[in-house]
Amino acid sequence: MEMWFSDVHTPNIKLNIRVKKQLFSERSDIQQVDVFDSEDLGKFISLDGEVVFSERDEFIYDEMVAHVPMAVHPDVKNVLVIGGGDGGVAKELCRYPEIERIDVVEEDEMFVYVSRKFFPETAAGLEDKRVNLYIQDGLKFIRGKVGEYDLIINDSTDPFGPTEGLFTKEFYGSCFRALNDTGVMVYQHGSPFYAEDEEECRKMHRKVFRCFPVSKVYQAHIPTCSSGYWLFGFASKKYHPLKDFNAAKWKERGIPTRYYTTNLHMGAFMLPKYVEDILLAAEKDR
Amino acid sequence: MRELNQRSAPLYEALEKFRKMRVVPFDVPGHKRGRGNPELVDLLGEKCVGLDVNSMKPLDDLCHPSSVIREAEALAAQAFGAANCFFMVGGTTSAVQSMILSVCKEGDKIIMPRNVHKSVINALILNGAVPVYVNPEVDNRLGIALGMEPEKLKKAVEDNPDAKAVLVNNPTYYGICSDMRSIVNIAHSHGMKVLADEAHGTHFSFNENLPVSAMEAGADMAAVSMHKSGGSLTQSSLLLLGDSMNVDYVRQIINLTQTTSASYLLMSSLDISRRNLALKGEQAFSRVMEMAEYARGEINGIGDYYAYGKELINGTSVFDFDVTKLAIYTRDIGLAGIEVYDLLRDEYNIQIEFGDISNILAYISIGDRLQDIERLVGALYDLKRLYKRDKAGMLSAEYVAPKVAVPPRKAFYSDKISLPLKEAEGKICTEFVMCYPPGIPILAPGELITKDIIEYITYAKAKGCSMQGTEDFEVERLNVLK
Repeated sequence: MEMWFSDVHTPNIKLNIRVKKQLFSERSDIQQVDVFDSEDLGKFISLDGEVVFSERDEFIYDEMVAHVPMAVHPDVKNVLVIGGGDGGVAKELCRYPEIERIDVVEEDEMFVYVSRKFFPETAAGLEDKRVNLYIQDGLKFIRGKVGEYDLIINDSTDPFGPTEGLFTKEFYGSCFRALNDTGVMVYQHGSPFYAEDEEECRKMHRKVFRCFPVSKVYQAHIPTCSSGYWLFGFASKKYHPLKDFNAAKWKERGIPTRYYTTNLHMGAFMLPKYVEDILLAAEKDR
Repeated sequence: MRELNQRSAPLYEALEKFRKMRVVPFDVPGHKRGRGNPELVDLLGEKCVGLDVNSMKPLDDLCHPSSVIREAEALAAQAFGAANCFFMVGGTTSAVQSMILSVCKEGDKIIMPRNVHKSVINALILNGAVPVYVNPEVDNRLGIALGMEPEKLKKAVEDNPDAKAVLVNNPTYYGICSDMRSIVNIAHSHGMKVLADEAHGTHFSFNENLPVSAMEAGADMAAVSMHKSGGSLTQSSLLLLGDSMNVDYVRQIINLTQTTSASYLLMSSLDISRRNLALKGEQAFSRVMEMAEYARGEINGIGDYYAYGKELINGTSVFDFDVTKLAIYTRDIGLAGIEVYDLLRDEYNIQIEFGDISNILAYISIGDRLQDIERLVGALYDLKRLYKRDKAGMLSAEYVAPKVAVPPRKAFYSDKISLPLKEAEGKICTEFVMCYPPGIPILAPGELITKDIIEYITYAKAKGCSMQGTEDFEVERLNVLK
């Protein structure tokens, strides 16, 4: 028997993954949640038919959204992770002893349930004493919070699905308000390659650029995402991701990683020309 | 006719059956199931274009219904607690106008509030009936006109015992309801008919926690915008009749102006929506009310916005309130409603129903999701953070009471001259001026142009309201009586 899962990247391009077994399939109040086991990606979760998380490449996301800001901001105590129900980002953050509080806000309880059930190693990040898990709409959670956080990580990946509210001007505005004067926001910036993704990427940068004094974009190679090439955003009220980057201090910590290195940190911000052009155009677009 | 069963949808079922028959069309429409217009098929889809057909025996005829349309109308009447029902394809405008044309002739008086939709006054221009206005109380803070007070109606009825009918909004665009039962009692005891413009109250018949519907209160006719809260396609509407009305005469009136090529897309959407309302309306509107109340609480929690609700109820001019209407007073953030309306669209990608001078209205319906409500609330929160300013110099009144000098039809058809807006003070206007939406005239034909009104029009234009109604497209000149 052959069973293939198709992750549709554009109406004309899809990534096919041979599935060994379907482990879970249910509809939550918010979305369709499925878990599969595969030969080459290990177990993976799909939400509304799109891969959001696979055993094989999730470390890239988690390391890139956690270590990049942590190597720049000198004193992070309070962190908010939005959409981090799998626990992967919290797990990386827990490696930093100076962090006092990690609030994780996940809209879909079923996503947390399947993460704990099928990916206990990753979900272990949710069990740390410093982690508070809130099952709530991210936009609602952050509304009304003022100056509470040093770092906000928006781990939601899809600007088209149920999490579209987390890619809006009002959301970035609320994040700005919820951060203190030196706060940093890191967020999923999508893939710049295919036309539809590019448009969203452009709009996202336009919104954040107009909201934060510092707004930079960095990259990573993530096999399961659209085109395999993914961007992150680094928005901040004070710190610059390269000028304020303290490589020596971070190395001293001796945190084990598989993707992130201090060299890669520098390189991640060196973008291809076509991406630079997209960002520049978005900055000029008033 | 078969026994009525709200689970059936006779017109929809007939269309489905017809589709499977694969009849070869040598009749109109000329696109012939879309084959003659492939771009249209691309846009709307094969199924949709394929159902755009003409009336014929298996599908009945709206002008003279005898089978499936007649059955569908009977089901709708039953669902809304009416004696009879007409499917309308010219918008609720056509339903409102048919109501008025059915009860008044030239020179007949009709009692109504002035904050009516323009379609009402248009009907008076068509048939020459004369309005007797009952001036609504105005909420001075919000700047909106309230409901019809029974005491004021009583006086109007006694002063005009020859009036033929009373027309009332149930509710207003903002959700304000009048005491329908008392209004019906007063009107009926003087031999007058009661017509309800229920464009914004389709849902009233389907949830007991909503204000009373016109039919339940005993009104003689009601115009119901199925396409607003009912879920049918834009432009489709219903006209409901109580048992006091002569249904065959009303059909003649409707056929004076109704198309003879009624769209089956519109009519089938009415049939399906009626079925949904009858079977699932109660539950659906409970959820809508819950969402609207949640949004109201969250928005009031932001501060400086006022999302008003049942606390407005005062027993007279606000007898009841439709909680599904999410109207928000915005002047305390120093922005006119229309400015917030524009910012929400341009900056936050959120389209709301309308913005006027002091308020915005977000339409909450059976199609909404909680996550979208969160976006609206989040946007209002961020908008206040970024755009709040001093409110000095803002005009407040939304509603300026008119002074009627000449009946609408006489004014409209009289000899007139065109004057610049500023020079029109003291003259009698012969045309409409309104912001659309909401489409409630600031000036109607036959009304005196005052300094207040000129100031209001100038201000509303400067704030970006879409002004219309005048012959001059830019609303810089007004036609006045010679």
